[in-house]
Amino acid sequence: MTNRDWPLWEVFVRSRRGLSHVHAGSLHAPDAALALRNARDLYTRRQEGVSVWVVPSAQITASSPDERDPFFEPAADKAYRHPTFYDLPDGVKGL
Amino acid sequence: MTATIGEAAAEQDIFDGAIAADERIEPRDWMPDAYRATLVRQIAQHAHSEIIGMQPESNWITRAPSLRRKAILMAKVQDEAGHGLYLYSAAETLGVRRDELLDKLHAGRQKYSSIFNYPTLTWADVGAIGWLVDGAAIMNQVPLCRCSYGPYARAMVRICKEESFHQRQGYELLLTLSRGTPEQHAMAQDAVNRWWWPSMMMFGPPDDESTHSAQSMAWKIKRHSNDELRQRFVDASAPQAEILGLTLPDPDIRWNEERGHYDSGPIDWTEFWDVLAGNGPCNDQRLTQRREAHENGAWVREAAASYAAKHAAGRGEAAV
Repeated sequence: MTNRDWPLWEVFVRSRRGLSHVHAGSLHAPDAALALRNARDLYTRRQEGVSVWVVPSAQITASSPDERDPFFEPAADKAYRHPTFYDLPDGVKGL
Repeated sequence: MTATIGEAAAEQDIFDGAIAADERIEPRDWMPDAYRATLVRQIAQHAHSEIIGMQPESNWITRAPSLRRKAILMAKVQDEAGHGLYLYSAAETLGVRRDELLDKLHAGRQKYSSIFNYPTLTWADVGAIGWLVDGAAIMNQVPLCRCSYGPYARAMVRICKEESFHQRQGYELLLTLSRGTPEQHAMAQDAVNRWWWPSMMMFGPPDDESTHSAQSMAWKIKRHSNDELRQRFVDASAPQAEILGLTLPDPDIRWNEERGHYDSGPIDWTEFWDVLAGNGPCNDQRLTQRREAHENGAWVREAAASYAAKHAAGRGEAAV
């Protein structure tokens, strides 16, 4: 088994406590432990993170083969879900 | 793929619309084959440049004049490795594998920046590389942060953040030498004399001779022409050289009030094409060392893979 077989991992970094983990990039590693170490060396050399997740890329289920998906269309015509949809009289406060 | 001609035209329209609207293209979007091929070529060449670029500088790690300088140089060389990895990852989103790209580099079938085919003869070269070579790279790379291909643009944002330390450490190193003993000053001047013209050539051939430029600009992979970026580099470098107390080896550099830019002299492009053709001072050495590093590291990669396989088996899992 050589480098050719090393799987790809996606790396998520929490930049500081109170924030979510955010996708930082990807890397190759033979197992989870080394993926984590490589992620530390590659994505947090300047204290960019306090916590790192690594996930095998093959384990991610994505919404569609491209980024313009009818999957999201049902929400497009429901502007009434947003507060800006509503007309309010001038001068009304606390809304 | 069995898309009809009509579907292909529709995909092309969506792609063109996204480019026109300055939206980003993401990995799973439809894109023209030539756009994909151009990006693979450019990102691979960029990644190769980062890892080959580790060699001229690592040449000086063991001989750095102080612990401070050694720590800085090691951090910088480590960053270059990191930049290479970000870029290989970006290339992989286009459907190529990193090991294929490395094979092509090792076989001489993909290029890296010609600048790394020049030798680092003295310690001052470490400073000149940081100031001039990284300075030129930053001029090229900052606009790439707005490149139309999302993963490349994101990798460039990360790289540019890290790159500014590279340029500053080089400038500080040269300033220290320039203000040091006469011998140290002369060493700094010699390094600048040798690195100036190769750095000017890093922006590529003049606009009217650049083969890939027009299409790359139309696709918004490239945002500024070679000559435009080269002018910016001259404008930034000339006053920086004055503060360093060093001269740039071009007698034609002078402020042009009318243009609002510095003028500069003609570039010897025969040297550029010659180095590109493989006849630079270090072409063979760089590739040989790269191949050896890869081959000598094979046992580490194999050991890590065996360890992973053994432990996955121990937990009753299939390896991922």
